Amino acid sequence: MSALLAAGAPAAYDNSVPLAEIPALVLPALGDTFLMVGIVMAVVVVVGVPLGALVHNLGPAGLAPAPAVHTVLSGVVSIGRSLPFLILMASIVPFTRFVTGTNIGIAAAVVPMSIAGVAFFTRIVENSLRSVPSDRVRVATASGASPLQIVRTAQLSEALPSLIGGLTINTIAMIEYSAIAGTIGAGGIGYVAVTYGYQRFDHTVMIVTIVLLVATVAAVQLVGDAAVRATSPEPVPRRRWWRRRSDGPTPVAVTAV
Amino acid sequence: MISLEALTKVHVTGTTRTTVLDHVDFTVGAGEIAAVVGPSGAGKSTLAECVTLLQRPTSGRVVVNGDDLTALGERDLRVARRRIGTVFQSDGLFGRRTAAQNVALPLEYLGVTRVEARRRVAELLDRVGLGHRADARPHELSGGQRQRVGIARALALRPRVLLADEATSGLDPASTASIVGLLRELRDDLGLSILFVTHEMDTVLQIADSVARLDHGRVVERGRLLDLLRDPASPLGTALRPARESAEAPPGARPWRLDYVSADVPADWPSRLGEALGAPVALLGASVESLGGATVGHATVAVPEAVADRLPGVAAALGLAARRAGQGSAPATAPAAVAGAELVR
Repeated sequence: MSALLAAGAPAAYDNSVPLAEIPALVLPALGDTFLMVGIVMAVVVVVGVPLGALVHNLGPAGLAPAPAVHTVLSGVVSIGRSLPFLILMASIVPFTRFVTGTNIGIAAAVVPMSIAGVAFFTRIVENSLRSVPSDRVRVATASGASPLQIVRTAQLSEALPSLIGGLTINTIAMIEYSAIAGTIGAGGIGYVAVTYGYQRFDHTVMIVTIVLLVATVAAVQLVGDAAVRATSPEPVPRRRWWRRRSDGPTPVAVTAV
Repeated sequence: MISLEALTKVHVTGTTRTTVLDHVDFTVGAGEIAAVVGPSGAGKSTLAECVTLLQRPTSGRVVVNGDDLTALGERDLRVARRRIGTVFQSDGLFGRRTAAQNVALPLEYLGVTRVEARRRVAELLDRVGLGHRADARPHELSGGQRQRVGIARALALRPRVLLADEATSGLDPASTASIVGLLRELRDDLGLSILFVTHEMDTVLQIADSVARLDHGRVVERGRLLDLLRDPASPLGTALRPARESAEAPPGARPWRLDYVSADVPADWPSRLGEALGAPVALLGASVESLGGATVGHATVAVPEAVADRLPGVAAALGLAARRAGQGSAPATAPAAVAGAELVR
């Protein structure tokens, strides 16, 4: 970083990063973002899927309804969901420091992001499982399935396209959170946007980070949609956001009505 | 064989207790197809779910092949359930699995090896006539085909007992007929006992050996299908027989309703009736059909008032029960007709 500061030094009042050096600044940061989001999403899937299945099955429509446990568990998840990420991140600093030994950098950002991500994904899993027709569970039970077999084959497997759709949304939310985590020095593309683009009014860096973030989110969405199509039994129409406007009723038609 | 003994199910919500099943006694013998009919809310679905213990009965016993299922713990129950094949109303196929993978489900749960499962699945799909659609997904199959896959899945673990819960409801007449034909064929070939729960009277006529009518959680009437159909006083028999409007009687003649009450009613009874009475017999309406070789039905005829007194005796000799039909003539049939309307609904 000192090298970059030095590079900006010769022009006395213009401390913006020269165009040629932007890739060297932005690309490693993008790599950091991918690393952060990747670690977080791994934790989210490993913890969120069982947790979501547990919350669903302890609930009224589940395999083993337990109202008291369900209320407590669901309440904890709701707390995780209701705190704005910035506040959640700040409020668990002691816990983060206890787990990772630091409160800055990627390791420190992963802890609050994982907590927020797991809470988010637990709700998504619960919601996806709820939308699986209940006769699947009855079929599995009547066919002699054990509870774990029911959860795996009649719930999770049947909800897979919906789970992948939720995972896509979750991943994009985590990319957003990684930018927020940038404000506490987590590194990544968000950190570059804040320190160079915002605090140093470097519009070029700002624009580059914006373009990269938009491209990343679009790529995640495309991959997610393709995975949903690949796992759905019935054909799923392609997203045609560039045509949506022309599909809707025209303003003329609205005034005529 | 399935036998339900004093099966009772009470739903408790807050302070209200609703008795859904009230001491239901019912037996499906080996190789028998027994139908349970009743209006919506009579407890049919609860009965079906209690047989596989998807719902725990409040009291009473469910005995399948000599085992009392109600006495079993969760783990033993899982084993016992494998001996009952269940065919559901909404086929319940898993949308992300092919027909073959759906049929393989119970085998997968049991832990059967892949090779063996594949062989058994191919055999089952051939059995239900869908060998060529093994790789089709449920949404690519017609309603009748989906139900065939459901039946193949129910048979995967070679059960002795099949439970069909509204298995043909929602299917078109042709699919219903083919499913009914398949179930009868399976009964004949595999000696299955089939408990067929339905609200469709037409289907009962085609499939059942015996019928029980459930109303407000109780079995209010039951018997062999043919016995019920030949009993003019049976409300269930009346509900099972298709009701048809008949034509007006000609002037000077009175309409009579004739019911087939015997197994050997001669097919030429109208002309024999005319000869014996020495008077013309006008046929105003009839519904006669053959069920598994036995002829059942009813007819409305008109004979001149002069010979009307002799009609019941002559008809009885031909195996027909006669009673006056028409406006306000048979008060005994009125409640039956109401019950019938309720059942058909």
